[in-house]
Amino acid sequence: MTWLVPVPIVVPLIGAALSILAGRSRGVQRTIGVTCLTIVSMASVALLVTVEQGGMIVARAGGWPAQMGIVLVADRFAVVMLVVASLMLLGVLVYAIGEPGAERNHVGFQSAYLILAAGVSGSFLTGDLFNLFVAFEMMLTASYVLMTLGGRNDQVRSGMTYVVISLLASTLFVTAVALIYSATGTVNMADLAGRMAELPPGVRSAFAVLLLVVFGIKAALFPLFFWLPDSYPTAPSPIVAVFAGLLTKVGVYAIIRTQTLFFPPDSRPGTLLLWIAGATMVVGVLGALAQDDVKRILSFTIVSQIGFMVMGLGFFTLAGVAAAVFAMIHHIVVKTTLFLTGGLIEHAGGSSRLTHIGGMVRTTPLLAALFLLPALSLAGVPPLSGFVSKLALVDAGVASQQYAIVGVSLIVSLLALLSMIRIWAGVFWNPAEEETEPAVAAEGAEGRRSGPLLMITPTAILVVSSLAIAAAAGPIYAFSERTAAELLDPTGYVAEVIER
Amino acid sequence: MTIVLAATAATLFAVGTYLVLQRKLSRIIIGLSLLTHGANILMITSGRRGAPPIIGRADPSTFADPLPQALALTAIVITFAVTILLLALGYRSWLLTDDDEVEDDLADRAIARGDILRKEIADQETFMSHEHGDAGP
Repeated sequence: MTWLVPVPIVVPLIGAALSILAGRSRGVQRTIGVTCLTIVSMASVALLVTVEQGGMIVARAGGWPAQMGIVLVADRFAVVMLVVASLMLLGVLVYAIGEPGAERNHVGFQSAYLILAAGVSGSFLTGDLFNLFVAFEMMLTASYVLMTLGGRNDQVRSGMTYVVISLLASTLFVTAVALIYSATGTVNMADLAGRMAELPPGVRSAFAVLLLVVFGIKAALFPLFFWLPDSYPTAPSPIVAVFAGLLTKVGVYAIIRTQTLFFPPDSRPGTLLLWIAGATMVVGVLGALAQDDVKRILSFTIVSQIGFMVMGLGFFTLAGVAAAVFAMIHHIVVKTTLFLTGGLIEHAGGSSRLTHIGGMVRTTPLLAALFLLPALSLAGVPPLSGFVSKLALVDAGVASQQYAIVGVSLIVSLLALLSMIRIWAGVFWNPAEEETEPAVAAEGAEGRRSGPLLMITPTAILVVSSLAIAAAAGPIYAFSERTAAELLDPTGYVAEVIER
Repeated sequence: MTIVLAATAATLFAVGTYLVLQRKLSRIIIGLSLLTHGANILMITSGRRGAPPIIGRADPSTFADPLPQALALTAIVITFAVTILLLALGYRSWLLTDDDEVEDDLADRAIARGDILRKEIADQETFMSHEHGDAGP
């Protein structure tokens, strides 16, 4: 099954090239895009089944041994993220096709989107620190294009911040790779795991913090999160949905991967991570409460939720990391769904400002239901998936006797519920405080009720799948525990990549 | 030789950091390219220097380490593409605003000033005009 591993990276790249060639026909481009992502999703599910039954798969390019050649590693953590990510990418692409906006007006949308998909898959699958950098760049460069596609004033302004910050993080990443290479003589992750242990503890800690800063910028950790709520709300809603669901989570993935694989238990920065997690949660949720625009509120809650995942990692226990993995699965689905509903609200109401829209529970009851379920799930109301993920985190925290962070996380959950209620009240219950401008309202009149079918259906499917995560919480959590066991004891990973 | 390369990298990092902290977009872009040059030179420095690594030309124990050079080359190509994108964005920004100053986020400033609260109480029009005003700061 080794041939299956490169499929999620190669197929979207080929699709992106074909999509440029077929630039004249939007229909052909759409067929290519949907076909490629369907293939990627099926390949990811097949990988998940194979890895779950037969253990991890290592693909060596050209048959070179791991230290010399390029390796792709499909272990449990990589594969489960791949499955969730590819399904989200497919769902959002269908939504984007249905939405009158970015996708219809720009030839390059489909290609950039497919390159983004390839970059995301590459970041999950790579077994090499430098290729992680390349995959990140692939993903980010595509995201720069997608974010500034409209070329509007606010998009260019916030896109600029986003590009500059990301490029700065990438420069730090190259610096980190250079320093790590000069200290250890390798960039292969499995090889690094062994050689890192031979370094003096001070140097090791410096690398741990340097990598944390690099990925912390991409994952929007406190105090490096400020670019996110500034830049995300200006992009078209399907694009923000993918960014919100996937890009920051790729950063969290890289943090979890590097911190558990490279550093032996005694030099893992657990306490530092818990402090950062607490600050990220609190600042994110307070920011969300201060905003009055649906997209901006949702952007700040991403920051807050990232804190929860990092908190799980910070415990460095089996239960903690398992809870972090579960939180990532839950959060990718729920956050993507919420941004898609945010787009539907904007489409149906003509604005995403809380003061401009209102009373939509009567005009679009379906939309209200589609928003309420993931919003309650995000806030952690039982029996939805957010509750399971928070219960697991709190449980892990109590087991590690870190009561302070557990208390903070519970208060933040309440505040997150409050921020969701503000959207609910502002958009759905209260009457609009100001009339929207007639021009905007007329523009939205085409699909006035709830939105076009192609936008509603993927959103509804994602809502149902977030419910399915809650229903299947037992098996998924058991899987997360097996993943966490693999992550915390990387000897199996190292042996599998280096040997044979 | 290593000390010269290290000093060059340090200088590039220092100048780059200073320029990135400026308010003008063009300076930020130049600063970023200097920073990435610094990182690339650091990357080159991380390998061993020596004879060209071609088997048969020299004793393998005297070979230079080719890997960091390959990595630096890849990084240069990526930075090149992103810098061009940044320049295009900067040009678009100049066309739209007639200035290459980095603007503040208007919604952020409005919230910091408490415009929303004031409007809720006194129903002033200030926030609307700020939001749709193209004049900027």
